[in-house]
Amino acid sequence: MPSDLIHLYMRIDHLPHIWCPGCGNGVIMRDVAVALDEIINDTDNDIDRDDIVIVSGIGCSSRAAGYLDFNSIHTTHGRAIAFATGIKMANPKLHVIVLTGDGDCSAIGGNHLIHAARRNLGLTVICFNNDIYGMTGGQYSPTTPTGDKATTAPYGNLDRPFDIALLAAGAGASFAARGDVFHARETTEIIKKAILHKGFSLVDVYSVCPTYYGRKNKKGDAVEMLKWQRDNLIPMSRFNVMTPEDMAGKKPIGILAENDFPEYTEEYAKLIERCRNKNRK
Amino acid sequence: MSKAVLMQGNEAAVEGAIAAGMRIFAGYPITPSTEIAEQSALRLPQVGGRFIQMEDEISSIAAVLGASVAGVKAMTATSGPGFSLMQENLGYGAMAEIPCVIVDVQRAGPSTGLPTSPAQGDYMQARWGTHGDHPVIALSPSSVLETFYLMVRAFNLSEKYRTPVIFLMDEIVGHMREGVELPNPSSLIINHRRPSFHDGANKQCYYVPEGQLVPAMKPFGRGERYNITGLAHDESGFPTNNTQVAGKLVSRLLAKVEEHTDDIVRVEEYAMDDAETAVVCFGGTTRAVMSAILEARAAGKKVGMFRPITVWPFPEQQLKARLPQLKNILMVEHNHGQMLLEVQRVTGGATPVSFLGKVDGTVITPAEILAKLQEMEV
Repeated sequence: MPSDLIHLYMRIDHLPHIWCPGCGNGVIMRDVAVALDEIINDTDNDIDRDDIVIVSGIGCSSRAAGYLDFNSIHTTHGRAIAFATGIKMANPKLHVIVLTGDGDCSAIGGNHLIHAARRNLGLTVICFNNDIYGMTGGQYSPTTPTGDKATTAPYGNLDRPFDIALLAAGAGASFAARGDVFHARETTEIIKKAILHKGFSLVDVYSVCPTYYGRKNKKGDAVEMLKWQRDNLIPMSRFNVMTPEDMAGKKPIGILAENDFPEYTEEYAKLIERCRNKNRK
Repeated sequence: MSKAVLMQGNEAAVEGAIAAGMRIFAGYPITPSTEIAEQSALRLPQVGGRFIQMEDEISSIAAVLGASVAGVKAMTATSGPGFSLMQENLGYGAMAEIPCVIVDVQRAGPSTGLPTSPAQGDYMQARWGTHGDHPVIALSPSSVLETFYLMVRAFNLSEKYRTPVIFLMDEIVGHMREGVELPNPSSLIINHRRPSFHDGANKQCYYVPEGQLVPAMKPFGRGERYNITGLAHDESGFPTNNTQVAGKLVSRLLAKVEEHTDDIVRVEEYAMDDAETAVVCFGGTTRAVMSAILEARAAGKKVGMFRPITVWPFPEQQLKARLPQLKNILMVEHNHGQMLLEVQRVTGGATPVSFLGKVDGTVITPAEILAKLQEMEV
């Protein structure tokens, strides 16, 4: 029940949120809250609410940390994954969830993203990917499609975009997935799996920014943008059985990479044990 | 009895930090600080701590701040170029009041400069490197043994005032090897983190009781959920645009240091009782100054040494107390005149201040200091 969810997991005193009408970020924040609710209430998981830490950087996405009623830290631009690394290293028992955006995690924070993926430190990164820098008013980001307009690309964007989920997978992430705002139920399930995954996990969730990206690029209002997601972002089970012609221009959502690699803090715990045994001898 | 061991300043920094309770080190290799990372990687797992080599200095300090928030004392170490990269998050640590220690083993700059050569060119960066008005505590050791003890103090001050402490070493002290006898760790006074919110009833995470300046700190994951941000925030830890609240916050952050200088500031004075000339120095310059003073004294000259151990805040009261007896001051530092500006500010033109500095990566010698004193007609 959404209303119960708000009372249980949102900081009501700090709502309404600052996001524009039609913004997809609220849906992603809800997906995260539902996923966490289900995880906490499933006693098999043995995860306490106080074991969860939400870490965010700077940008529209990163305000979500303040709205969610968990231990939360809103850090500096691009550095959320690096702060999260320290938190996890200091207390591996904590479930550290990074809420970030396309600019925050793949431009200014791109280095931290690929190295955290490579290490396979047990963090979960949820990227609110809206293809634009919203907080500063609509500049092109590393995920803005080539040719699209932004305030800093008035003649069209020359850059080629990142696919953040594939970037993370390429960097060695043991779990990399893609979700979107339209397919909220599927995306919530993906986020749940990402949080429960042992090792580094990333979910690149396609948001919608009708205010800065949509308007500038004549993508219609929020509803139109969601319809585009419905028609072009296809759940993996359906995507896999599509004909090559039908696949053209479309992307699958779902888990793109899932591997059982050694988790960094578990490996470090073994290292400590080795050192101590050696000292005892 | 502990036995004497030969170690360099960089190693003593790690031993001091471990004695002080440091259990997380996150860093990135850079000359001449690298031995601190190496020694941390070796030693931390032996005491149940953890070392992580990050992808750069920005993430190093970020990880250190994260570790501290999670309840573990943490440190990073770097040199000038890396220290520059750490500045934004250093300000975050000051704003969000996160204790940690940042070691800067200074080398000759600017830019890549002379990586293996000594300098003290980061003195002003330590004070003003990050944007905005913020509190700074910076300590500078001059020997290997002092590095050990001062590092314990760095952690203690950081915990007490909930602010990052800069440990301003230099290539001379970092790479100097001396025989030292380290104390039994149980003989040290360690400032442990106050583990709960004030007053039970008040759950505001940045609540400061009347008459105090430092909020208590509770680590994440121990039962009470709260928010931390680098935005201007109120006592609840949530962002605010209220200018009065923001102004009060920054004033309190500054007051934490400004109103506790008696506790924070330490100087070493040598042969100052009857001195008419004070040689002011800090860190790695000290030994040459001491040697020059011994020679000058042997020649009957009334010269003493005034050495800030706490380099920020500058020991203003301590220097002022000496001004009436001083005919002149000589500032000796491995830069183009940075602490000199503080000495000039404090003397306010009342006492002539001469300067001896170097920016070529070579070491200032006792002979050069003696020559300078002669030139000053001391």
